Amino acid sequence: MIILVSIIVGLGLFFIVGIAARAGLQAAAPAHHKPMFRDMPLTASFGLAVILFYVVVAILAPAIAPFGESEVLGGQYLPWGSPHYLGTDKLGRDMLTRLIYGARNTVGIAFATTALAFVVGSVLGIWAALVGGRLDQWMSRFVDALMAIPALIFSLLLLTIFGTSVLTLILVIAAVDATRVYRLARSVAQGIVVMDYIEAARLRGEGMWRLIRREILPNAMAPLVAEFGLRFCFVFLSISALSFLGLGIKPPTADWGSMVRENATLITFGDITPLLPAGAIALLTVAVNFVVDWQLHRASGLKE
Amino acid sequence: MSDIWRMIGRRLLLGLLTLFIISVVIFGATELLPGDLARELLGQSATEETLAALREQLGLNDPAPLRYWNWLTDVLQGDLGVSMATQKPISELVGTRLGNTLFLALYAAALSVPLSLLLGVLAALWRNSVFDRASNALALTAISFPEFFVAYILVLWLAQTGLFPSMVRITGATTTLDLLYMSFLPALTLTLVVTAHMMRMTRAAIINLLASPYIEMARLKGLSPMRVVLLHAVPNALAPIINVVALNLAYLITGVVVVEVVFVYPGLGQLMIDAVTNRDIAVVQAIALIFAAAYVLLNLLADILSTITNPRLMHRK
Repeated sequence: MIILVSIIVGLGLFFIVGIAARAGLQAAAPAHHKPMFRDMPLTASFGLAVILFYVVVAILAPAIAPFGESEVLGGQYLPWGSPHYLGTDKLGRDMLTRLIYGARNTVGIAFATTALAFVVGSVLGIWAALVGGRLDQWMSRFVDALMAIPALIFSLLLLTIFGTSVLTLILVIAAVDATRVYRLARSVAQGIVVMDYIEAARLRGEGMWRLIRREILPNAMAPLVAEFGLRFCFVFLSISALSFLGLGIKPPTADWGSMVRENATLITFGDITPLLPAGAIALLTVAVNFVVDWQLHRASGLKE
Repeated sequence: MSDIWRMIGRRLLLGLLTLFIISVVIFGATELLPGDLARELLGQSATEETLAALREQLGLNDPAPLRYWNWLTDVLQGDLGVSMATQKPISELVGTRLGNTLFLALYAAALSVPLSLLLGVLAALWRNSVFDRASNALALTAISFPEFFVAYILVLWLAQTGLFPSMVRITGATTTLDLLYMSFLPALTLTLVVTAHMMRMTRAAIINLLASPYIEMARLKGLSPMRVVLLHAVPNALAPIINVVALNLAYLITGVVVVEVVFVYPGLGQLMIDAVTNRDIAVVQAIALIFAAAYVLLNLLADILSTITNPRLMHRK
């Protein structure tokens, strides 16, 4: 019964948010972008609205949160109710506050990691495609060797060697994911470097960096942006999984993965509070996936 | 026929080469440390004597290639080394746990592969219908869920009501039937996580073919849509389907890590997480090697099977 009600409420919210966001985006968009938003599916507008919401919460976290991030307020596992609307955790910290700060910490770290993986992976990938020859062969075979090891296992191996801290976490996940970005960037760039305008730019005497930045990157943007969204989901999920396993972001920093781990015992008593941070992770990943799906569909020119 | 054997032989050699490179990477990763392993494990305050003792124990005084060679020959003989935390031989720690993990992965595969193939074919058959759109959106949602979210939702729904146990305890008296019952929730979690991807890819592989002239021919002959999809499209879509199934089975073997922790399942994943927490590098290396080998073998198998289903792949230029 409760399940049925929550599904209906969820679907209702989905449609309301989706339709409202589509109308809002269409009104706010400049004239030449209006058709894009008019034809966007509900899933995509819902996704955009959710992403926007997370960004606002992350930026305004200290202003919105009712208490301090790791403030112990007494009373472990308090039930839902004023002033702790979502109860407290096992140390007596306010759950709602930690959820809000989690948006900043978890999403922020995942975003920084993805960005790092992207800069390193795409620059190296495009460079390899541009230079070609032996350098390309060596780098690509090296990346192939690293990619033959499952990502999670490789990250665990590296975390054992370098120890677990936020900095090593970011570097390790970025390194593992950069290999995947490298592959994509290289294969996209390989299609571009054979174009006449690259030849012309080379003959003009443009340097390597300028070629990458001004000639190749703008033309490789569409697949790379879609990949950024997907990669963000992977990174976000693996950081959450590692935090959940106790190997990622460490307390007292509020983080969704470790919040699930810390309060998991409540689930066996039928309390859904620990599912909220897990749900927050799921919702953001779904939202990003919806938007990426829409962009990929648009880019592929499929109208069916 | 001899073509096939030659192809299989070549793929096997390539797989061996990949495994060799993986073993070098897994072993060589420790060489990336700025200091050495002993210093890293004992910390800055360690005395020279304890450092020297640990180096002696780990064999760090030998040059790296020699150490690699000793490690590799030991591993090939089934000796995975000694755990630094418990001082037990790793083969002993890994033994039964490897069986448990494989059991869980196979269990999940037995549930998810038929389910996702069925859903994929149905979605392709009724494409753009409500069923297709709903299953597509659901699949996209399921892919985005962290494993522990799925796992805890299942615990909340199915373990709370007392239908299934939320923890797995394997003792000597556990029968296979008990085991199937106890590990149902972990297997179901893994099933939900991988089914979405396999289903989407099956649907995409079949739909890709539906625009081909020979499918149109079959349709114009007046064959039923079911027959067109099952007998004309599916056989030609087998190669990509086999690949995505293998990819997901490989994922199952590594994806068990989180699920095992949630359900306290005594498998390799839990052992690995404990070893990472204790920085027991020898155990982590051994388990990483096992997981990577399973990953490579499955990909190899998929490669060979999909080549056999599509003879054109065998005569590539």
